[in-house]
Amino acid sequence: MHLSPDQIVFWQYGFFRINATIVFTWAVMAVLTVGSSLVTRRLARGLQRSHWQNLIEIVVTGIEKQIAEVGLRQPGRYLGFLGTLFLFVATASLGTIIPGYEPPTGSLSTTVALALCVLVAVPFFGIKEQGIGGYLKSWLEPTFIMLPFNVISEVSRTLALAVRLFGNMMSGTMIIGILLTITPFIFPLVMTVLGLLTGMVQAYIFTVLAAVYIAAATGTGARHLTPQDTRDTPWTA
Amino acid sequence: MLIDWFTVGAQALNFIILVGLLKHFLYQPILDAIAAREKLIAGQLADADARRAEAGKERDEFARKNEEFNQQRATLLSQATDEVKVERQRLLDAARQAADALSVRRQTTLSNDARNLNQAIRQRAQQEVFAIARQALSDLAATSLEERLTEVFLARLRAIDGTTKDGLANALTTASEPALVRSAVDLPAEQRAKIQAALNETFSVEIRLRFETMPALVSGIELSTSGLKLAWSIADYLAALEKGVAEVLTANSASAIDATPQSGK
Repeated sequence: MHLSPDQIVFWQYGFFRINATIVFTWAVMAVLTVGSSLVTRRLARGLQRSHWQNLIEIVVTGIEKQIAEVGLRQPGRYLGFLGTLFLFVATASLGTIIPGYEPPTGSLSTTVALALCVLVAVPFFGIKEQGIGGYLKSWLEPTFIMLPFNVISEVSRTLALAVRLFGNMMSGTMIIGILLTITPFIFPLVMTVLGLLTGMVQAYIFTVLAAVYIAAATGTGARHLTPQDTRDTPWTA
Repeated sequence: MLIDWFTVGAQALNFIILVGLLKHFLYQPILDAIAAREKLIAGQLADADARRAEAGKERDEFARKNEEFNQQRATLLSQATDEVKVERQRLLDAARQAADALSVRRQTTLSNDARNLNQAIRQRAQQEVFAIARQALSDLAATSLEERLTEVFLARLRAIDGTTKDGLANALTTASEPALVRSAVDLPAEQRAKIQAALNETFSVEIRLRFETMPALVSGIELSTSGLKLAWSIADYLAALEKGVAEVLTANSASAIDATPQSGK
């Protein structure tokens, strides 16, 4: 029993190691990219369009609407980053219905990587939106005394993002694995369905939390949201 | 160790690459397609609005023209009605005038006819009277009409009173022209001589005479000079005859009108 797909190593050369996490990530990337290019290759610009195009448009506009609801005024700017976060985590979870598949989000390395990306993206969008001075000033609010706490909150929420996603995905996979050894029929199927739901919810939570952090940094939406605030979100597991 | 830092780096890199790939293959084309569609729909809506506005404008224009047309029609109808009234009145007046003229002409024609008929009756009666008289005188008294005419004339001449006689004598003697004796029938020389002798005797002077025959003369014989005239005439008899004939004709036509409805029964 592997706790993480990192432990399944296909090829190693010194520090470089191609493990299951990276391989399945490439698979997910390939599915998303090829699927997108297939659908968008013949996009209809008129009123008549294919079912696939409808589906993709619903997903894209749905993400855009969620970003706007968080408070980001120009959702198109953040659609690339936040939409990819959602699609990657959701597709990685959906893949669990394929036997032998290990979700890359079940690896703490992946979730840490994604959390680090959010950690970098927050000041990136913050500085881009209100300049370096404006962004750094937000660390001193409401008073300069809060600076250390703001720094701690920045780090801790990144860690919380990573661990939350990892815990949920890993536990789902682990439960299915354990149940398969105890009761090989029915229950693993139910748990897989539950795992799919959990995966979707986690993708949503991860994306919305990232959007909230960015909105707080850019000063366009809810400012000074603390991890405590975000923990009150009903979807937080 | 749950965290493999090489994998963390690789996954971060993978994620950044995925962001780029999806931006290129997914978001941008989809957003472009949506924007294009929205533009298309906005264009169609604008076009529809423009068409609606144009249709409204055309409808207003049509309504205005319709109203104008109705007004024109009402005006033309009113004009036509007035013209027809005037024309009708004119035609009625013309017809009335024509009827009046016709009536007048008819009246004139009728009166002319009546006059002509009277004239004809008068002449015919005169001729008949003379013919009857001539025949009766010839048969009963063995004398001629001319003779009797002359005698009656001479008797009238002798019977005139003093004043009239003096005036006539004065006129006959002072006239530069010979006195004119006109008769309806040609007088024989014997009668002419009688008349000459009677006049010479009555006025005790030689009177110049000139004889003329005038068949249309109603009176029997007349002597005229310097505006004075002595005549014996049967005009009164003829007038009485005319009156009698007219009465008979009127009675006949009245009985004919009365008889017409009865014959129709």
